[in-house]
Amino acid sequence: MPSTNTVIIGAGHCGLAMSACLTARSIDHVILERAEVANSWRTQRWDSLRLLTPNWMTRLPGYQYRGADPDGYLSARGVAAMLADYAHASAAPVRTGTTVTSVRAAGGGYVVHTDQGVWHAPTVVLASGAAAVPTTPGLARLVPAGITSVTPARYRSPAGLPPGGVLVVGASASGVQLADELHRSGRPVTLAIGEHVRMPRTYRGRDILWWLDAAGVLDQRYDEVDDLVRARNVPSMQLVGTPGRTVDLNALSSAGVRLTGRLAGIQDGVAQFSGSLPNVCALADLKLGRLLDTIDAWAGTAGERFAPTAVRTAPLGLDLRSGEISTIVWATGYRPDLSWLHVPVLDRKGRIVHDGGVTASPGLYVMGLPFLRRRKSTLIDGAAGDAAELTAHLAGHLDALAGRRERSAS
Amino acid sequence: MTATEIPVDNGVNVEALLGVRSTLPSTPDIAKFQWRSTVSWVNGTHSRSDVETFYGFGEEQQHHTTFSYDADHPLQFAAQDKGVTPVEYVLVGLGSCLTAGIAAVAQQRSIQLRSVRATLAAEMDLHGILGADPDVRNGFSGVTVSYQIDADATAEEIQALVAQSQKRSAVYDIITNPTSVTVNVG
Repeated sequence: MPSTNTVIIGAGHCGLAMSACLTARSIDHVILERAEVANSWRTQRWDSLRLLTPNWMTRLPGYQYRGADPDGYLSARGVAAMLADYAHASAAPVRTGTTVTSVRAAGGGYVVHTDQGVWHAPTVVLASGAAAVPTTPGLARLVPAGITSVTPARYRSPAGLPPGGVLVVGASASGVQLADELHRSGRPVTLAIGEHVRMPRTYRGRDILWWLDAAGVLDQRYDEVDDLVRARNVPSMQLVGTPGRTVDLNALSSAGVRLTGRLAGIQDGVAQFSGSLPNVCALADLKLGRLLDTIDAWAGTAGERFAPTAVRTAPLGLDLRSGEISTIVWATGYRPDLSWLHVPVLDRKGRIVHDGGVTASPGLYVMGLPFLRRRKSTLIDGAAGDAAELTAHLAGHLDALAGRRERSAS
Repeated sequence: MTATEIPVDNGVNVEALLGVRSTLPSTPDIAKFQWRSTVSWVNGTHSRSDVETFYGFGEEQQHHTTFSYDADHPLQFAAQDKGVTPVEYVLVGLGSCLTAGIAAVAQQRSIQLRSVRATLAAEMDLHGILGADPDVRNGFSGVTVSYQIDADATAEEIQALVAQSQKRSAVYDIITNPTSVTVNVG
């Protein structure tokens, strides 16, 4: 059975960042990757998708964007190419085409079964992604026959959907982008909206991410926020990686997208929408106002303010059997796939329990989850800081194990 | 905080509520509640409902007394007006739920309330309950709640209080979202 100090599962930006930090400390490791580097960026992204962060923010340990377009946004293919180059340049020990089938604790370390053999290691880093599996609500099973259901992971472009109206469920980054794209393709689009994070693409003449980065908002630490559970459940920002384009609800409704409340039920083929749309919009407007206040306080002067979200009369019901809707896009979030993890570190809802990426099982770490150690933990730019701190913890754990072995040997 | 500042007191024991929340991860079953009432027909559209027991925190619970509520319809409906209409109880529920939430959120955010008043209005088209137009629903076509709040806080903080109270309100959720209802006859 081959052994190493650390098995990293997943060769995305998190796994590669962790690998770079381990290499810097000469900690022997391997990255197990089911397909090839940046697989989800190659296979689970729609055609037009671009990063929400500008190119200058594409930073990893030992890597910084040096291209000609620092204010642009990388396409999914561009991200995949960038990560492949990074893996090559950092000589990351990636074993591609190696699917992990189980991870179990054994003998003070872990046994990792794959379809290419078995590994043993005292430490394991789970870096297979927070967005591995799209989640759809239970009521999706009540959708009448004849309506096409699609998740953002499977969606590619408007041309791939049957003709007709589209109901987009969810108004976070994926939902607003797909509602925008489908509306521009000439389809009638209805967008069902729950709690969301309103965000302008530019503020005071700069990309909003510039302000969030400069004012330290993205660096806020997990052990400094008032309510971590809430912070970890904040939906993604309503942004699209197109220079200067804001895709908030005002922009979408002025363009002609019909707004409704959260999809709350489907009864006898009729979709029922929550009457809470005015309040979720008020919550998002107030939250944006507080964020801009934070930025202004850092800048020392006040900037512009955006018009409140205009909520016109929203339909409470929509007959899905009428033919008006041919497709439902479930932009209702993602979850990690840890079905192969057989170590008791999951809570009653199957979510991994961790303290800043450190699980209660010694030597087992996780990366890339929302607000893992910082607000930017799910951004590419968040991987470097998290990987450095988790590497320090992991190295300490290996030292402790080595010390224990020496003591028992003497 | 200055020496002359008086601690915020809206009469809400936020520590107790947060204490319950902090014990939930280890004992999620204490969160399972059941609310109950009984109702007896009196005469005409007049009925009387009693509320006495509920289940929660893992055991049977009891109000300190039995509360009784008369419901009827007004004289204009050729009824006796022995109590408010059932739909007005819905407004009572919504207004009291949102207002309790405002007090609790204000306490947690250290905002002293001086007065909180709201006017609730619900629009309804009688074509629905009279069966005169199948396109008109029985229930409210819309509800408006208008708050007047005097508190030691900015206008934005007060707006945020009211928004958060809606976000955490059971009755607001019950009214804005569908709920499965099963009615049995024994």
